[in-house]
Amino acid sequence: MLSRTEIDFMGVRRIAAGISALLAVVSVISLLVNSLNFGLDFTSGTSVRLNYSQTVDLDQVNLTLQQNGYEDAVVVTFGSDRDIRVLLPVDSSVAEQDQAEQAAQVGESLAAMLQQETQSQVTLLGSDYVSAKVGEELAEQGGLGMLVALGIIMVYIAVRFQFKFSVGAVVALAHDLIITLGIFSVFQMEFNLNTLAAMLAIIGYSLNDTIVVSDRIRENFRRLRKGSPIEMVNASLNQTLSRTLITSLTTLLVLFSILFIGGESTQGFAIALIIGVVIGTYSSIYIASNVIIYMNVTREDLMIPVKEGAELDDLP
Amino acid sequence: MLNRYPLWKNLLILFIVVLGLLYSAPNLYPDDEAILINNENLEISEADVAVVETALEAAQIDFFGVVSDENSMQFRFEDVEDQFRAKTVIEQALTDDYIVALNLAPTTPGWMQAIGADKMNLGLDLQGGVHFLMEVDMEAALERRMEDNLSNVRSILREQRIRTRGINLVDNTHLEVRFSSTQERSAARSELIDNFPEIQFQNREANDLFLLDMRLTPDVILQIQRDTLQANRTTLLNRVDALGVSEPTVQQQGADRIVVELPGVQDPAQAIRILQRIATLEFHLEAELGASRTSFEAYQTPDGLSVNVDNDVILQGDRISSVRSTLDQNGLPQVQINLDAQGGNQINRVTRENVGRNMDILLIETKSRTIASLDEQGNEVEEVEFYEEKRLISHATIRTALPRTFVITGLTAREANDLSLLISSGSLAAPMTIVEQSVIGPSMGRENLEAGFRGVQIASALVVLFMLLYYRLFGLAANAALIMNILLIFSVMSLIGATLTLPGIVGIVLTVGMAVDANVLIFTRIREELANGIPPQQAIDAGYNRAFTTIFDANLTTFLVAVVLFTIGTGPVKGFAVTLMIGIVTSMFTAIVGTRAIVNLIYGGRSVKMLSIGRYATPLPSSS
Repeated sequence: MLSRTEIDFMGVRRIAAGISALLAVVSVISLLVNSLNFGLDFTSGTSVRLNYSQTVDLDQVNLTLQQNGYEDAVVVTFGSDRDIRVLLPVDSSVAEQDQAEQAAQVGESLAAMLQQETQSQVTLLGSDYVSAKVGEELAEQGGLGMLVALGIIMVYIAVRFQFKFSVGAVVALAHDLIITLGIFSVFQMEFNLNTLAAMLAIIGYSLNDTIVVSDRIRENFRRLRKGSPIEMVNASLNQTLSRTLITSLTTLLVLFSILFIGGESTQGFAIALIIGVVIGTYSSIYIASNVIIYMNVTREDLMIPVKEGAELDDLP
Repeated sequence: MLNRYPLWKNLLILFIVVLGLLYSAPNLYPDDEAILINNENLEISEADVAVVETALEAAQIDFFGVVSDENSMQFRFEDVEDQFRAKTVIEQALTDDYIVALNLAPTTPGWMQAIGADKMNLGLDLQGGVHFLMEVDMEAALERRMEDNLSNVRSILREQRIRTRGINLVDNTHLEVRFSSTQERSAARSELIDNFPEIQFQNREANDLFLLDMRLTPDVILQIQRDTLQANRTTLLNRVDALGVSEPTVQQQGADRIVVELPGVQDPAQAIRILQRIATLEFHLEAELGASRTSFEAYQTPDGLSVNVDNDVILQGDRISSVRSTLDQNGLPQVQINLDAQGGNQINRVTRENVGRNMDILLIETKSRTIASLDEQGNEVEEVEFYEEKRLISHATIRTALPRTFVITGLTAREANDLSLLISSGSLAAPMTIVEQSVIGPSMGRENLEAGFRGVQIASALVVLFMLLYYRLFGLAANAALIMNILLIFSVMSLIGATLTLPGIVGIVLTVGMAVDANVLIFTRIREELANGIPPQQAIDAGYNRAFTTIFDANLTTFLVAVVLFTIGTGPVKGFAVTLMIGIVTSMFTAIVGTRAIVNLIYGGRSVKMLSIGRYATPLPSSS
């Protein structure tokens, strides 16, 4: 379908940069103002998952909870309209070492309580308890992980390619992460441990795309004698376009099947990755290459006689 | 010749493929529900097996596959209901010394087990159970150690008749001893330095006093923390064993945390009670003659003597800071008990006032048992009941007021050893708090597993279909590689004993999506070469060669990301990282070497005019 295209990607590079900058600014503002809708993993408290044999009447559930002294409880449906999750904040009147035991009992008492108010069969699916301390650490770890990953990637690309490429790749990755987080913040979608893992997977995915494009840019700079950097980058993007789109397509096929079939537990993960893949595909075309051009990449930058590259080419 | 693999290379690929098939095959054999029985103290005998068999037959529960040796016996059942019913029946038939655990028995053929081909472990999220993350209070452990040191310093200096102007704990790692002269200080220092090799000494002057600072070195602190964590882990392991869970995990996480995972357990409250179960000592006085009948209880000494023990507890076991079995100067076994400061004062006061009376030590163990009873509808229901078992372990006359450190004598070497083990394993080295807990119901676990696998199947089917339509014969090669890749991931995970979790399945699914990327890169490259007018055989070769660097770079960087995830992440993030790492390595092999072998077999060594790789642009004369 796209065997030979001649799209002038870099002709709109200023517009693309403008759009990306705008999106990033909106994301950062939203993150500062709205923050993220952190899930139980990062906050703390108890979450109880219940299954009803018939459609749940949320108002009734809320009323029952209110009447029984659970004023702070938040009820949400998950997966289907027959599954609910009740979120309870940490009861600070209970000593920390007893909170877990209390959380363990609350699941059964909630199930019994709600069962009395409904015709349908209420089954306790499970419950989670997270103390405030662990949640904070997780957020720290996650943030640190992203920074470490970005740092390592930057060094690797600087060694394998060239410094300007590593700036391009890292800017593209940061762009993807900020905008994906921004979307989660603007729409107040729940950000939990699965979403965090997805963010880290996005780094991997988007990087993959960026490296493929950078690789081609390097090759073209070395191979073709004439042409401006912009022409060179455009040619590279066109040559890799069909691959970029096909891989995004197969990955999206997979992600949509997880989203629709994989069950509730993996939905957040799938949504985060779908957003990430779309933005990652865009950024590997418009952002990474754009940065490389802004940094005035020249043929000389890449004309190091790379022995190791030649060696690698000879492997299977 | 172009596009022919040498025979050895084809054989090597075939070998890996066969290995992959072999080691992923056990996952096709579903486990049998089983019950595993062992005894804490005795060997399992034929008679035990017969007792259980009779009980099961009487309850009309079908069973099969009975195996037994001196350590354990195992019975298999048709389904979960039978297994649960059997557990109650067996527990009633045997005494409390037997541990009856629900268990899953593999059904893989013997030869597979012999070559080490096992199933993948399923994570809690896929089979249901409870998960706890417990945090050890390290400050308390250090404080305990330093308080111990403080009292030792005091008694050593008293023994040596070195006067101090006070000793106190500055913080949990720092002790300060004050003297009025340098002579006293240096005498004390030379005396103490031999007794406390792990402590750093330092002289200091303040307010006309001569101070001696005693500090734990960072190395020692680290060592204490490590020991404490290890001791707590061992204690937890012992308690978890008592729960009768088939494959519990008790694992260290980070510097001060322990993860406990109990598959199949559904009642977290019960589990918490058992994990916090304490075997402890109580110190009592013997009841005086003529005491009111309600003020004491009768116990038997190990020698069979009946003793009336007063109900008042003079000292609780949680005041014990350490315990060990030693030999006295005559070489007789004894158990040395160290109390904390408060406990020391308590026992000293009581024993001083009661010299000549007998003191009794009770060992209290909290145990659980399943009991069957009838509910209102007359149905049989099972309940877990907790009960305390008290045992008189020592009955001795108080000869003098006891100090903080004292010994229990009159024991055999074995009794002394058992007692110190029991007390020290029964009590935790430092208090623990549950900081995270999650309960996954069995239906939820099954649903996750099924949904996860359905996800893998549908995703693979969609990708396979797309590749076939888009790349035709080459797509077929890529698909063969893709399926091989999934098998290899499964077999590597089974081989290294990795645990499959839901995020792990997602990792596999994602690998499916990304694994074809390598083939897409190669195939688009081949199409490009063809479009440039290069003959098919050279195009294949050039496509593979040129795409290799790109694939290598892209996969290596993604692999680095996975390594970062693995090192910093816990739980789900780690599970995801493991499958991602394995997937990257196996996909590099299948997508590059595997597809090349297939393509070589199809096209290699003959003249080819057209490649079945989907539509590609015909060569343009002007292309450069």
